[in-house]
Amino acid sequence: MDLKYSAAERSFREEVRDFVRENLPADIRAKVVGYQGLSKDDYVRWHKILAAKGWAVPHWPTEWGGTGWNITERYIYDEEFGLAGAPLLPPFGPNMCAAVLHRFGTPAQKQRFLPRIREGDDFWVQGYSEPGAGSDLAALKTRADRKGDHYVVTGQKIWTTLGHYGDWIFCLVRTDPNNPKKQEGISFLLIDMKTPGITVRPLYLVDEGHEVNEVFFDDVKVPVENLVFEENKGWTVAKYLLGHERLNTGRIGGSKRELAKLKKMAAETMYRGRPMIEDQRFKDRLSRVEIELMALEVTNMRFLDEMRRTGNIGPEVSMLKIRGTEIQQALTELTMQVAGPRAQLFKPVDYDGFDSYGGSLASRYFNYRKTSIYAGSNEIQRNIMSKMALGL
Amino acid sequence: MNFELNEEQQLLADSLKRYLEKDYDFEARKKIIASATGCSDAVWSTFAEMGLLGLALSDAQGGFGGGAGDLHSVMDALGQALVVEPFLSTVTVAHLIDRAGSEAQKKSVLPAVIEGKCKLALATEEAQARYDLAQVSTSAKRDGAGWVLDGAKVAVVDAPSADHILVSARTSGKAGDADGISLFLVARGAAGMTLKTFRTQDNARAADLTLKGVKVGADALVGAEGKGLAALEEAVDFGTVLQCSEAVGVMQSACDATLEYLKTRKQFGVAIGSFQALQHRMVDMIVSTEQARSITYLAASKVDGGAADAAERKRFVSAAKVKISEAARHVGQEAVQMHGGMGITLEMKVAHSFKRLTMIGLTFGDADHHLERFAA
Repeated sequence: MDLKYSAAERSFREEVRDFVRENLPADIRAKVVGYQGLSKDDYVRWHKILAAKGWAVPHWPTEWGGTGWNITERYIYDEEFGLAGAPLLPPFGPNMCAAVLHRFGTPAQKQRFLPRIREGDDFWVQGYSEPGAGSDLAALKTRADRKGDHYVVTGQKIWTTLGHYGDWIFCLVRTDPNNPKKQEGISFLLIDMKTPGITVRPLYLVDEGHEVNEVFFDDVKVPVENLVFEENKGWTVAKYLLGHERLNTGRIGGSKRELAKLKKMAAETMYRGRPMIEDQRFKDRLSRVEIELMALEVTNMRFLDEMRRTGNIGPEVSMLKIRGTEIQQALTELTMQVAGPRAQLFKPVDYDGFDSYGGSLASRYFNYRKTSIYAGSNEIQRNIMSKMALGL
Repeated sequence: MNFELNEEQQLLADSLKRYLEKDYDFEARKKIIASATGCSDAVWSTFAEMGLLGLALSDAQGGFGGGAGDLHSVMDALGQALVVEPFLSTVTVAHLIDRAGSEAQKKSVLPAVIEGKCKLALATEEAQARYDLAQVSTSAKRDGAGWVLDGAKVAVVDAPSADHILVSARTSGKAGDADGISLFLVARGAAGMTLKTFRTQDNARAADLTLKGVKVGADALVGAEGKGLAALEEAVDFGTVLQCSEAVGVMQSACDATLEYLKTRKQFGVAIGSFQALQHRMVDMIVSTEQARSITYLAASKVDGGAADAAERKRFVSAAKVKISEAARHVGQEAVQMHGGMGITLEMKVAHSFKRLTMIGLTFGDADHHLERFAA
């Protein structure tokens, strides 16, 4: 057993760190560390910087522009981004849609979509959940009826993250409403969001921020060549994708950066006549989270190692999402605690020089409750572990 | 032992609840929050007509001579409806003036409060204070017969709508000293006072206050010079218990909404409330809420028992605030989690209940602050 990174891995880390330091636009970094939302332009600008370096899609097959990094190098890359305050690219195109296309796409679909995803030319979003289909995704009702050389799509998606930035949306739709098995009769469609009949409506979250949307489809014509894999076999695609994307849910790098920031803030905040960080109760709370994060980092490395050795990881990987989100949430909560009465700040009414960072602290705590709900709620992650890993 | 409300208390609680259900539903509240002042004059007048503002003020001033116990069901109802009007601030400062003010101060302020014509706010928090009422750097120096105030107060909730603001200032000693703190009732908008106004996370209005050479008369001093801390602590304890009562109402409302959601939201062909993993968590939310209610009753009885033993009062109020902060956190987080994505949208009341519960946990001292005071 060796918990240390090799010399080559450490020098790779330096390379990533240097690159991010030299190329991450200061305004984008400021938004990330100041907890402000990123515009579409911010994402696209950063994507294109990465694409120019050949680093936008490290995990792709090399013939499509992947870097050929091993799993540890990819982890280091993600961690360094988190530490530096670099935004992760939204996963919907480069990770999710691309993973599906690599596995299930026709040569024509790959040729048409993958290079544009790699270069950041198309902004992809995900059309999965519906009002009646959240944890129970297979209950989805959005219809796609075949009419000659196209489908006609009608229905509603919800929680579409960054849907208002989307150029394209990949959707699970019901193509056979008569099949009594609800998992059968679902198909995976790629839809150009400029097609007539699509309406995107913002859904404001608890912090009044606009990141998720409802997307309505009203007789939207989608060419049949935008069907991925076989008609009525979309659940196979969906399952593949759900299992694909849980390795970076721990968000170790970002949490390490937040922890460092929290310590600094606690050192600068006075309480009972001395710095807050010297308050024993607070110190204990902080230490517990730090210790949990230390353990999670090694747990994460163990999964990476398993992936490296066997090319596969089991359903136990759900624990990364559970603990990783709990740590992220705990850090936002401690930050809010340090701010104390100042955490009541929200938005200026008549206030020159309002402290917008201070105003974001409790907002971030509120907003981060989403992390234990999204991407398969933590209850669903526990179901996965109990059923698939423990056989209960 | 009798936990039932008396007839008068029950009537008042019922009529307030009916009024709020009719005139202060989620949509009405949304309009009030979006308005220029962020609070409603009509609602305030109704509170005055119902006698809520004088409920805990002494008979001699035209009040009803009640206490925190009498206000419990009022605060509970205000909590359930997530009322944003500055009731807690006004009643807390009025209580302080009733207990510590001169006859002239009582006459000039309290009847107006009872009639709904005067709102009040409490300015104790400073940049370096963080809940510690003795960490006062704002100074008050003698100026002829009166005083001149200099300094800054932060996050003064309800200051923008207040007619008068009670300001703690140091007349001697240094920040952290228990002695040398004096209390002044200052008109909002007094020359030299600047308000920088913001909306709080839970949709109240608050301000950071700058005091620059603010001149007040001798009659602005509330209580004895340099001896203000005890009165301030008593008032804050009173306000803390009222806020605990409010929190119980907010928690009840969050529990009700969650229970309803568990019964009606269907996934996998069944109501999600049929899952044992959620059933037990719902039960734990109820247990937290009931424990919070019980300890609030206990603290209210100590606050109303008079200030004979300040140490005992502090201990029980801190016990309540520890429990309330922890229950508010537990109930708020679980209510949101069990609502799933809907729980973190602005369109759902439960998201607003969660925000209010979180902010209650952070005002008048958080759980850690009160754990320290409880064990002191």
